[in-house]
Parts: sequence; structure tokens; C-alpha cells
Amino acid sequence: MANVTNNRPLSPHLQIYKFIPTMAMSIVHRITGGALYFGTLLVAAWLISAASGEEYFNWINWLFGSIIGQLVLFGYTWALIHHLLGGLRHIMWDLGYGFEKEFSTMLAKANLVASIVLTVLVWAVVLIVR
Amino acid sequence: MDMRTPLGKVRGLGSAKSGTEHFWRVRTTSIALVPLLVFYIVFLIIYAGKPYAEVVGALANPFVATINALTIVASIVHMRLGMEEIIQDYIHSEGMKIALLILNAFFSFLIGGLCLLAALKIAFAG
Repeated sequence: MANVTNNRPLSPHLQIYKFIPTMAMSIVHRITGGALYFGTLLVAAWLISAASGEEYFNWINWLFGSIIGQLVLFGYTWALIHHLLGGLRHIMWDLGYGFEKEFSTMLAKANLVASIVLTVLVWAVVLIVR
Repeated sequence: MDMRTPLGKVRGLGSAKSGTEHFWRVRTTSIALVPLLVFYIVFLIIYAGKPYAEVVGALANPFVATINALTIVASIVHMRLGMEEIIQDYIHSEGMKIALLILNAFFSFLIGGLCLLAALKIAFAG
């Protein structure tokens, strides 16, 4: 028997719609979540090295302190802050607020800007304190 | 017209039989993680690049150790649930989906177990 579902009309998908800020921040929220999933390995490596002794800890510190390590950690910081701010938007929506078009678009843009500003701020403070 | 039976209504589990458990756990862990991660970030700002003895000493503090353990548990549960959602959304072949869901659970519990063990070792044994 022929697959009857093949001929059914499809609903419009991603490429039909104009790419708007709320859509962009929706998928970025998921991508940062996925990145944080694997980024947990960084936290695990750091904690385990701290529990294993000075030699391991210094090695991980050296690794994290290298150029590539610093770049990865900078990206990890941004992903964490972006996902955290995105999560706050989701809590607001879960409570039933903030669905207005202009407001949610503004908030999507603010999420991106604030995540970058806060990430730079965190790193600036780290570098100054050190 | 409401077609649900009175018992079904009281249980509130819907057709998936697990109700809003998944949704609810994602939300409770996310709310918990907001203050926990703010603390964690501040801690890392203070101790990034500091010598071993100082960092381990700080992590062994009972208050910090408690926050550390709570953050690990909430993060691991949250990330497992999040990845579950991603797998269920994008992986359509049943076998692959189940394999990845199992792998996701194993990975999360392994990383979570290792982190928790490390945090407790630092707290109790230094």
C-alpha cells in the first residue's frame, strides 16, 4: 500500500518565515543549552583535578590558562549567561507575562546584548582582580 | 464537553501518562540554578587562577561545599532533561532515539557522580 502520508500538505517550515529576533534567541537558547551540556566536562575536569591533588590541578589550570583554553572558557561563560538570561524569560512566560510582540522582540534583543555585556564584565573583573 | 473521567481529571497525567513531571522538573531546577549559578560565577571570579591550596581551602568550606553539591545536582538533572528534549525533537528513528536517551542518562549520571564525589572528597578529606 502506498504511503498515504506522503501526499499530505505540509505546514510552512523555517525557511518560509522571516527570521526574527525571538526565533533567533529561541534556537540560540537551545544551542547554548547543548553547548553547556558538554561544557559540564570542563567543570568536571576542574573539580576532579582539585580533588586529585596539586599536580593535576596545576595541569588543568595551565590548560585552562592557554589561549585555546581561555577562548573556550570565554565561550562557555557567554553560553551560560545567555542561557541563564533566556531561562529568566521562560520563567516570565511560564507565569503568563510578556507575550506582547514588541515587548518580546525587545527582550530577545536585550537578552543578546546583556549576555555579551555581562560576559565581558565578568572577564574584565577576573582580569582586574588577578 | 469534557471527555475525561473523574479519576483521570484528578490524576492529571494526560495521554503521555507522566503528566507535567518533565516540564515541572525543568522549571524547578532552572529556578534553583539562578541563585546557585550566580554564586558559582562570583566564586569563580574570585578564585580563577588562584593557587591550589587557596582554591581547595575555599571549596572545603561547608557553605561553599553545600552550594557546590546543590549546583552539581540541579545542573545534572537540568541538563539531562534538556538533552532529552533535544533528542526527542530531532531524532526520529526509534532505535537511535532510545539509544541516545540511554546514553544521555549514563553520561549525565557519570559526570554528576564524578563531580559530586570530587566535591565531597574536597569537603571531607581536603
